[in-house]
Amino acid sequence: MKPSRLSARPATMLKRWQLGRRAVIALPLVWLTLFFLLPFALVLKISLSEAAIAIPPYGPLLEYADQTLHVFLNLGNYLFLLSDSLYIAAYWGSVKTAFIATAACLLLGYPMAYAMARASARWQLLLLLLVMLPSWTSFLIRVYAWMGILSNNGLINNLLIGLGLIDTPLRMMNTQFAVTIGIVYAYLPFMVLPLYAHLTRMDNSLLEAASDLGSRKLNTFIKVTLPLSMGGIVAGSMLVFIPAVGEFVIPELLGGPDTLMIGKVLWEEFFLNRDWPVASALAMVMLLLLLVPIVWFHRYQSRELE
Amino acid sequence: MGNIHKLSAAVAAISFVAAASAAHAQEEVRVYNWSDYIAPETLEKFTERTGIDVTYDVYDSNEILDAALLAGRSGYDVVVPSTYYFTRQLKAGVYQPLNHELLPNLDNLNPDLMDNLEAIDEGSEYSVPYMWGTNGIGYNIDRVTEILGDDAPVDSWALLFDPEITAALSEAGCGLSMLDSGDEMLSPAMAYLGLNPQSERIDDLEAAGELLADVRDDMTYFHSSRYVSDLANGNICVAAGYSGDVFQAAERTEEAGRDFSIGYSIPKEGAALWFDMMAVPADAPNTENAHAFINFILDPEIAAEITEYVRYANPNAAANEYLSDEILNDPAIYPETEVMQNLYVQAEKPQDVLRARTRIWNRVKSGR
Repeated sequence: MKPSRLSARPATMLKRWQLGRRAVIALPLVWLTLFFLLPFALVLKISLSEAAIAIPPYGPLLEYADQTLHVFLNLGNYLFLLSDSLYIAAYWGSVKTAFIATAACLLLGYPMAYAMARASARWQLLLLLLVMLPSWTSFLIRVYAWMGILSNNGLINNLLIGLGLIDTPLRMMNTQFAVTIGIVYAYLPFMVLPLYAHLTRMDNSLLEAASDLGSRKLNTFIKVTLPLSMGGIVAGSMLVFIPAVGEFVIPELLGGPDTLMIGKVLWEEFFLNRDWPVASALAMVMLLLLLVPIVWFHRYQSRELE
Repeated sequence: MGNIHKLSAAVAAISFVAAASAAHAQEEVRVYNWSDYIAPETLEKFTERTGIDVTYDVYDSNEILDAALLAGRSGYDVVVPSTYYFTRQLKAGVYQPLNHELLPNLDNLNPDLMDNLEAIDEGSEYSVPYMWGTNGIGYNIDRVTEILGDDAPVDSWALLFDPEITAALSEAGCGLSMLDSGDEMLSPAMAYLGLNPQSERIDDLEAAGELLADVRDDMTYFHSSRYVSDLANGNICVAAGYSGDVFQAAERTEEAGRDFSIGYSIPKEGAALWFDMMAVPADAPNTENAHAFINFILDPEIAAEITEYVRYANPNAAANEYLSDEILNDPAIYPETEVMQNLYVQAEKPQDVLRARTRIWNRVKSGR
């Protein structure tokens, strides 16, 4: 017998296993550092600097002169955001639009996901495909399609005029309404898919038990199905709300003069005023605003996992 | 400009990149210009004449070029910003002075036009104009005449700034649009009010803002490029726009065989005159080749060829004899002298005026 060799084996295996585990964790860590943390630090740095007419168009944070290291932290960009009601109005406009769109996605998406989860296995696959299929074409083309549907000379107006229901075209394009429709349309799959995932996993025997105990269908839905799918509702709402707040393309293409959203204001600061520091400060504040629902979501999730 | 033309231009550009990478050791020049802004044969001719390969990239807005240049090390030898952006970039130290000894064709430039550029770049020290144009009004001739009658003020900013007129147009289902730029809308508003369109006084800007606020509700939208397709499709019928864009809309309308046509007018109260300037970034890798390219564009025959294709006027006096009468006598491309006198070149503004303007503009747009 060679006990030494036998005992060495599990040790190396354990080591290897630990190494593998570290590599698996390291990969996303490197990814996050490279593509999130570093850009984030850069934006934070620019937001604390002063705008300048130079390449790049902002001043340095550190300067070494006369054997002293000067640190410049310019908080003026953040204070400036408070001094002009435009920025607060834009944040509010973004949050409001995102909130309405999220609510509409939930109202539309829940019945869809519910029906999908209840369908037979073959139908489920087909329905799932139908939800995801539109995203195989370019996002931009789908938004342009909405321009064709909603415009004054578009599908809906031509149809209504052709039927003699209206004389002058309804104004739908270039309104807040068009922006909301665009966001709901584009983000609906992000609501449906997590809801569907939660609803299919639900244990049917719970519903049977409720029915055995004399609960009516609506009551069962409110007391059993809805609470059990809460995780899906929260996940879907986050997936819609967070990107909708920062949405730039949809309001740019479908929005009108009333559409005031933070993405556009940020673009203006960056390109028209060429004020990279204020634009960065705007982005930082937006990130902070989004951090609140994300943290809340995280806490909800960890509570659910326990 | 037809789509087929665009396609062939794109193919030409691609084949050039291919040719450039094949002949590795050869001289090259990297040009970054607006999309659809050169004749299909121009680059080929340049390589034939000078033996220098061209890497030709395109952008479709000044902002994109601006961001690329300000981030530093763009890697381009020749870029073509519009006057207004050029001034800001020059101040930031983006460009290097030109060597006039390498640009003998500079003599071909029209001295009257060049006077307009003295305030921006004295003696063409850093830049040479490529093409020029105006900001004016694009309108659906048939719809506007139908609604306002034969004496519709199409030669005036009243078409966009007079509340009675805009209300009449908007009520009749004729959409209106303005460029989404405080700079490009507040200046004509000041010109319409009889003020100096370049005024930096906050009072003047506020007055212009009020004028625009009065017609705001009649505007379908504020956007700087969407009007091209909307004019052509009949979705809107009056738009403040760039000359070349409106010509493009007019051509599309014609190609599609619509029952209306699009016109372009330079309002009599005054309108912006802009130039796209060829300039060499300070960190350009092939400075001499950049000069060779600029000098080649200043060749009268080459300039005429580009104008014939892109339908923008060139600043080259010697090129006129190579232009077709159709282009040379088109007042929308080469305006008459009286109209030219009322045009203004947008000057660089201090940061606080810039900010005040953006704020007033945002107030106009959001109606607050």
